[in-house]
Amino acid sequence: MPGPPDQLVQQLPSGSEWTIDAITAYDEAIGRVAASYGLDCYKHQVEIISSEQMMDAYAAIGMPVYYHHWSFGKHFLATENRYKRGQMGLAYEIVINSDPCIAYLMDENTLPMQALVIAHAAYGHNSFFKGNHLFRQWTDASAIIDYLVFAKRHIAQCEERYGMETVERFLDACHALVNVGVDRYKHAARMSLEQESQLQKQREEYLQAQVNDIWRTLPPRPEADVATQEKRFPEEPEENLLYFIEKNAPLLEPWQREVVRIVRKIGQYFYPQRQTQVMNEGWATFWHYTLLNTLYDEGRLNDGFMLEFLQTHTNVVYQPPYNSRYYSGINVYALGFAMWRDIRRICEEPTAEDIEWFPDIANSDWRKTFDFAMQNFKDESFIAQYLSPKLMREFRFFSLLDDDSRDKLQVQAIHDASGYHAVRHQLAEQYDLGSREPNIQVWNVDRRGDRALTLRHFAYQKRPLEEECAKVLDHVAFLWGFNVRLESQNAQGVVTFLDQRNSEKFTREN
Amino acid sequence: MSLYIVDRRFDSKHKSSINRSRFIKRFKGQIRKAVADAINRRGVRDLDDGDKIGIPSKDITEPQFQHGAGGVWEVVRPGNDRFNSGDQIDRPLNDGGGPGGRGKASNEGESLDDFVFTLTRDEFLDIFFDELALPNLVKQQLARIDHFRRVRAGYTQTGVPTNINLGRTMRGAARRRIAIGGPYASQLKALEAELKRLLEDAPGDVAAIDKVRKEMAILCAKIEAIPFVDTFDLRYNNRVRVPLPTTQAVMFCLLDVSASMDEDKKYIAKRFFMLLYLFLTRNYERIEVVFIRHHTVALEVDEDDFFTSRESGGTVVSSALLMMRDIIAKRYPSNLWNIYGAQASDGDNWSNDSAQCRELMDSSLLRLTQYFAYIEITDGSPQNLWEEYAKLMPEHSDRFAMQRIATVTDIYPVFRDLFKKRL
Repeated sequence: MPGPPDQLVQQLPSGSEWTIDAITAYDEAIGRVAASYGLDCYKHQVEIISSEQMMDAYAAIGMPVYYHHWSFGKHFLATENRYKRGQMGLAYEIVINSDPCIAYLMDENTLPMQALVIAHAAYGHNSFFKGNHLFRQWTDASAIIDYLVFAKRHIAQCEERYGMETVERFLDACHALVNVGVDRYKHAARMSLEQESQLQKQREEYLQAQVNDIWRTLPPRPEADVATQEKRFPEEPEENLLYFIEKNAPLLEPWQREVVRIVRKIGQYFYPQRQTQVMNEGWATFWHYTLLNTLYDEGRLNDGFMLEFLQTHTNVVYQPPYNSRYYSGINVYALGFAMWRDIRRICEEPTAEDIEWFPDIANSDWRKTFDFAMQNFKDESFIAQYLSPKLMREFRFFSLLDDDSRDKLQVQAIHDASGYHAVRHQLAEQYDLGSREPNIQVWNVDRRGDRALTLRHFAYQKRPLEEECAKVLDHVAFLWGFNVRLESQNAQGVVTFLDQRNSEKFTREN
Repeated sequence: MSLYIVDRRFDSKHKSSINRSRFIKRFKGQIRKAVADAINRRGVRDLDDGDKIGIPSKDITEPQFQHGAGGVWEVVRPGNDRFNSGDQIDRPLNDGGGPGGRGKASNEGESLDDFVFTLTRDEFLDIFFDELALPNLVKQQLARIDHFRRVRAGYTQTGVPTNINLGRTMRGAARRRIAIGGPYASQLKALEAELKRLLEDAPGDVAAIDKVRKEMAILCAKIEAIPFVDTFDLRYNNRVRVPLPTTQAVMFCLLDVSASMDEDKKYIAKRFFMLLYLFLTRNYERIEVVFIRHHTVALEVDEDDFFTSRESGGTVVSSALLMMRDIIAKRYPSNLWNIYGAQASDGDNWSNDSAQCRELMDSSLLRLTQYFAYIEITDGSPQNLWEEYAKLMPEHSDRFAMQRIATVTDIYPVFRDLFKKRL
């Protein structure tokens, strides 16, 4: 507990009603504390919205502009219904990874809640967006809003020109592939078409100059054709289905390629968020907790404010045990918050165990360690690197094996000396999107034959595909325009045929 | 770093309305079916609301490549309270769809049951009208609420200053002042008596007198501090808007419940009555509905019994018409009421009775009513009742309509004249 408030320290506005002035005062105070901790943020902008607008924002994945599609309407109706029936509260905040970073405050929240959201979103998430390598590499915060405006306009124009239903059908198909439409690894920068064709022309001329005279008199060799035909296309399997379709689907019109690209780009933009939930939410939660507590220690917040804040905070970071009726997986806020707190503890007051497990960060400067961890990891590697035995004991983690070839489930490891490594490894893998989602790649196109596209599912841990995949295959066939096959390859390399769609060529031209 | 706050609350709302209407358009088939179910559950008189609609969620899923149940899953869970490494556990039953038992399935927050959402009144009516194949002008007319009248509806604690009700406010203020100030006043009275006693008995005891005076001053200050009028006391006249149609009408629903009227036919009849009711609500301030069902005898019933009961035996239509005439005579004098009749039957009638029906209509009922609509729900050849009614057409075509109906879309022509009159 801090001492009685210093007379010189001016208390921030109290009470539950917020005003623009009060929010400004809080933002100023929180910003000052954040700067003193060295948080590096984009500039931010706060927007105050009503609950209905919040539901709008939900439906459009938080984006202020988005193209129109029925599935957003479906999400809106579902949210509205659950909200009106009191089955769910709305999220306190939505924050947009843009520069300036936009944080939404809902008008029905109390003043302490608004302060919490500002600390959480406008400083916590904001600094994460700016610092984390995935966001730096994959998203261009300064351009996203413009791109969304462009996307909305393009799709509206397409609807005018080609009819709403045509475009809608096409978007349905693209949406079905959005999770397999992301690049997981950075490719070498592509050359522009102009550069590429120029280079290609040069190569051609050069080779031709070498070849012309030598081969002029030789008879043609049919075997060479056979050899090229057997070569697969693409030569290496392609993980990004939407990219492959955008570049290679034979029958797509230019506007359709652009739509594929739009869906793919936006999907790619959200990919880092899906990979850093624990880190990102934990980071933001850690900072709202730390920033507001610092303000309280300075005597600028009263006890009423802190009680309301702490109550909300405690709800957010509650982790129900596996057998609770409220259990629905691991709460990323709880795990993330606990991990960041734990890292700070290891830096500042390490135990013998911590020194053994984390020799490089024990007794280091916690802010430097934080920045390094925040910038260079994603959930999977973050957990593999930093989850400490102490936390595993606190969460009472245990790892359960469910093998459908065995009658019973087996507890593989628990939070004890022999199990720490296994539990940590397993938990890290749980956050690896690569193992969570089926690995499906473009395997081959029969270029000389019926142009059929073959997708191959690389089965992991014998996990089968869900039945709905048949519907996705319909969408793939629609986009590709020719037959599509889906096959599955197991760990032993045995390939089994799963399903096939025969596309009626040119039917979509009607 | 200067903060930039944008207040967006007054920006355009309903940003999602386009997406919403697209959703409804896209799944019109399923939604229409759900609306039809909802209408069957509803009363004739409460068509005019939005409603919660559920459509099967499997129809509207957006598929993605996903893992199915099966294979090998190893999952870390929190809160271990009993397990040790190597323990073997039975598979829990009902764990979100058999083996796999992942905590992820529930993360999506979508259940596998119906996708439930709320249609607005306009969306609901739109679909209802669509089914009946109403022309657009008529749809607009029915969906419109023209005039409103503001009627007083008690008092509220919030409002604009012009609506303050002074009497109520001051009465409330006085009540509050008495309630809060009362204890002080009685204490004050006691002190006054004490002071009087002291002044008389011991005028020299200055200390005691001063003490009492001081206490009295404190009490007076407390009484003073009670505000004369507090914001809490304010009462405002409350007014609500009610739609303002013109006068009153009574609608008679006549339904044949003999053995030959099956559920499908009643389903069509219900829509027929609903549409007439909807039309009347747009034009009259007060509408009463009288339900008369008949087989060989007629009976006035409430709405539940009207649609659910089914009797066996023959049909005497005139029994219902006679009852309608009697009720009009008894309860709805035709100079005070606009009387509408809607009769649904499958056309079977005891053959001698049909002529009597025509006679009844011709001599009394059609002269008493504004409009009488008859539908014969059948796909067979016309029965004798139809032939007799047809004879009424030349003379009463302005207020009598009849139609043979096989599907719900045939209902509208019955009302065509009725709607035309109001356009």
